[in-house]
Amino acid sequence: MAKTKIPNPDELGKIDYTPPKKHWMDIPVEIKPDMYCHGAKAKSLKVVDFPNARDWTPAEADWKLPEDWKKIVLEGISERLKKYRTFHVFMDICVRCGACADKCHFFLGSGDPKNMPVLRAELLRSVYRKYFTTGGKIFGKTAGARELTLDVLKEWWYYFYQCTECRRCSLFCPYGIDQAEITIIGRELMNLLGLNIEWIAGPTANCYMKGNHLGLEPHTIKSTIDFFVNDIEDITGVKVEPTFNRKGAEILFITPSGDLFADPGIYTAMGYLMLFHELGLDYTWSTYASEGGNFGFFTSNEMAKRLHSKIYAEAKRLGVKWILGGECGHMWRVWHQYHNTWFGPMDFLEEPVSPITGTKFANAKSTKVVHLVEFTADLIKHGKLKLDPSRNDNLVVTFHDSCNTSRGMGFFEEPRYVIKNVCNHFHEMPDDTIRERTFCCGSGSGLNASENMELRMRGGFPRANAVKFVHEKHGVNMLANICAIDRAALPPLMDYWVPGVRVTGTHELVANALVMKGEKERTVNLRNEPLPEKGGDSDV
Amino acid sequence: MGLGLSLTAVIALILLVFAGVKGANLHLLFGAVIPYAAFIIFTIGVIYRVVKWGRSPVPFRIPTTGGQENSFPWIKQNKFDNPSTTSGVIVRMLLEVFAFRSLFRLTKSELKDGKLVHGSDKWLWLAGLAFHWCFLIILIRHLRFFTQNVPFVIQLFEALDAFFQVGVPLLYLTDIFLVGAVTYLFLRRVVFPQVKYISLAADYFPLLLILSIAVTGILMRYFIRVDIVGVKQLTMGLVTFSPVASESIGVIFYIHVFLVSVLFAYFPFSKLMHMGGVLLSPTRNLANNNRMVRHINPWDYPVHVHTYEEYENDFREKMKKAGIPVEKE
Amino acid sequence: MNLNALLSKKKAAILKRWFDFIVNTYPADASQFLKIRKNQFTNPVGHTVSQGIEDILNGLLQETASEKLSLFLDNIIRIRAVQDFTASQAVIFIFYLKKAIREELETEIRENHLYEELLALESRIDVLSLQSFDIFMKCREKIYDLKATELRDRTIKALKRANLISEVNGEESDTKDVNKVDNSNNIKQTKEVN
Repeated sequence: MAKTKIPNPDELGKIDYTPPKKHWMDIPVEIKPDMYCHGAKAKSLKVVDFPNARDWTPAEADWKLPEDWKKIVLEGISERLKKYRTFHVFMDICVRCGACADKCHFFLGSGDPKNMPVLRAELLRSVYRKYFTTGGKIFGKTAGARELTLDVLKEWWYYFYQCTECRRCSLFCPYGIDQAEITIIGRELMNLLGLNIEWIAGPTANCYMKGNHLGLEPHTIKSTIDFFVNDIEDITGVKVEPTFNRKGAEILFITPSGDLFADPGIYTAMGYLMLFHELGLDYTWSTYASEGGNFGFFTSNEMAKRLHSKIYAEAKRLGVKWILGGECGHMWRVWHQYHNTWFGPMDFLEEPVSPITGTKFANAKSTKVVHLVEFTADLIKHGKLKLDPSRNDNLVVTFHDSCNTSRGMGFFEEPRYVIKNVCNHFHEMPDDTIRERTFCCGSGSGLNASENMELRMRGGFPRANAVKFVHEKHGVNMLANICAIDRAALPPLMDYWVPGVRVTGTHELVANALVMKGEKERTVNLRNEPLPEKGGDSDV
Repeated sequence: MGLGLSLTAVIALILLVFAGVKGANLHLLFGAVIPYAAFIIFTIGVIYRVVKWGRSPVPFRIPTTGGQENSFPWIKQNKFDNPSTTSGVIVRMLLEVFAFRSLFRLTKSELKDGKLVHGSDKWLWLAGLAFHWCFLIILIRHLRFFTQNVPFVIQLFEALDAFFQVGVPLLYLTDIFLVGAVTYLFLRRVVFPQVKYISLAADYFPLLLILSIAVTGILMRYFIRVDIVGVKQLTMGLVTFSPVASESIGVIFYIHVFLVSVLFAYFPFSKLMHMGGVLLSPTRNLANNNRMVRHINPWDYPVHVHTYEEYENDFREKMKKAGIPVEKE
Repeated sequence: MNLNALLSKKKAAILKRWFDFIVNTYPADASQFLKIRKNQFTNPVGHTVSQGIEDILNGLLQETASEKLSLFLDNIIRIRAVQDFTASQAVIFIFYLKKAIREELETEIRENHLYEELLALESRIDVLSLQSFDIFMKCREKIYDLKATELRDRTIKALKRANLISEVNGEESDTKDVNKVDNSNNIKQTKEVN
């Protein structure tokens, strides 16, 4: 951090904090505390056989790089140019029009010019020019080219882990240049050198060996869900009976393990259990494929495939007909845009049909994976659920679109339809901040660690600012979402920027409104808080 | 840094022609040889670049979705911003190429204190669109120099372009708009610190080059008259591969033609290739139908995974105790 | 004309000066953006700052209660507390109000002999600056508190789960030992990972 001299009071007003005007290439990266995550540990990388596994500290000068690191990186770039048209085209066609510059939540929150997507891409593009284009080789800096040095590598690491792969810039780019794609490739290059962050490497290792990011072992998963079962019985008087690794079930249900772990995700998980029980759904959980999320996706495309294969393999082993996926953001980007390519054709599964409504999910006929929220929307549309939205009357709800389901899928109306049917008070945030233009929670793509809290708070500011607006204007007190990382990352964000707004998964709202067969009169919601009084909107 | 260099380069280019034509009488070199060479470099270069891009496969279908996906029949899909069919993709691409759809997203106007306020981005879209369209129309208009009997379509373009029937010779609207738009696009790179910060020589140079081309063209048409008959003779000669470079044409013409040649030759090596790139951009030119139609990755390979069997071996006893079914007792 | 009247009359100019001083504490390329874009949602920082300083100046003119002023200060400081600024850098914006007023009203103050009023006003601004330090500290404490809470919650959660397992299987003595080992593993894992 920059040290300031102590001025005398008269001078204080005269201090000029305007940073020096220098070309960005001439400003070396400064690894600032609170802005980065811990470096990946050797043991985490060894689990998945990654190269150059070692313990290292980003703040230290020596990153203990392998001797030929430069060669590794340049060969890595060369290989990926041949493998990805995205990468190849995006390295060449940017005209630096600046349309993306102010679309990044990190730039909006920090003002750091290297957080402008165009510049974050230029960090890599400049090296590409130097080693892979004639102009760059000849004209050097004039052509925007520069040598790959240790400082450049550190700059890459610092800023590629300050991008949440949210794709907001891509939406506004006239050529569709996608910074997420560049970040993904950039992180792949980092991983060739063992330069992951532990917050991603740890969960990846866990997921690989134990089936989920948290490292929950099979009996622990079962006992955790049993715990939910008890809570549900206390609250509703209904005993739900989930099964695990059951062969012959019609449906395999997969959700992020985060839903089993922390508030408020666990209430969403309880919501799943209650809904399935009420429907009498023939479904099973799996302790092996116990993770819908994929921190491998934040590591490399190969690692993403290695982790996601469990889902596909488990569906085959258990002989289910199709797969139902819980509420998650990046899990759905992976499932929607990658899974089928990796593991298709899914001949061993059947085209998904809702056993309750008979609706064919035609838009999922090839992958055979259905989003739980579309499944529920279909149930509500067909009047198959008995709902009492007044149980949510103490809530004034707004909906946060997750980046991945928004710009990697286009999943907008389904969750809104569900929420509006289970809540009486719903208000949208301003247009510029929702749907395809939604702002990131600031903690996506594996950046929801604790040590980088300041980064998360500034990255999440544009989102929080919009929540604050509806909080003040409409009294919104509940931020609904369909993403496990949101459920983990938004509570502290709200706590800092908009105290008084809490966070919920969509199926927690559904379960609270769901009138179950044989339930006792409910007095509390899933959080064990008293239900609002009937007929009285007074506290809204 | 980049700005000064680009300016110097363009001025040097102009002086070069002046010296070459006026001093050394290299009319044929500047009137025919260089244009031919530039055209060949352009054609081969563009094809080479596009083929090179095309040879990098598209392993994953990753469109950036800008609206509601294809879902239930009772949910209205945004068919152009989130297409699920080829025809939808075609419309999306047409909107992208001809209307700069994505840039237009920036241009939301808003009411502030009762007044309509536009973000600065509206101007980027407008100037960008005006520039590209004018450039295209002017290019089409120029085809009159390369056809013996000027086709009706070109005449129509000319008539529309000179719609207001002002001045002699008739004033073309595109000339004005082009210069205005390029000037704006240039100025924003100089004036807005944010854009200045990211601009390279490669950004200033083409703008200055195009501006010089436009200015020389306008000078020729409206102010410094050149020998039109000689020009047409030369251009038709180029088309029929029997160029005659007349000395009577006037140096301004040679400057114009040389700058155009430089632009053509520079094109394949530069960011101007975005013209081809936009069509190849996988976030725009693919349908969002991944769950319906499988996309094939040509270099897909098997990866090492942790199998269920290995997993069960790790946890068999714990699973049995917890009552979770296992494969091997 | 007294100082308050002058301030009201020249409010727009003072605010503009003040705003420019503040955005100049950001990198040049960012500060221009903060100035140009007016949208509350696509330029949240610029909007919050310009709205905040207007509220503060109005508050000073109307002698608003300091709790209310504190709220306006909070909106701006909360942002600067997560933007790489040191404490002094983060709160300097309030001193810039003095600078803006002195520069904008220099002649008028001299001609109308308003120094006494100016001193009184500056004392009020000094109070705001002291409040600002408090707010900045609170924001920073909140950040550390959030960090600590996340870590603590994860640990507690892991411990709870560990206990839970012992309870469920507690009757069987042989499994108990298995679980003990297992639980400690679990705690470790979970702590590290999520």
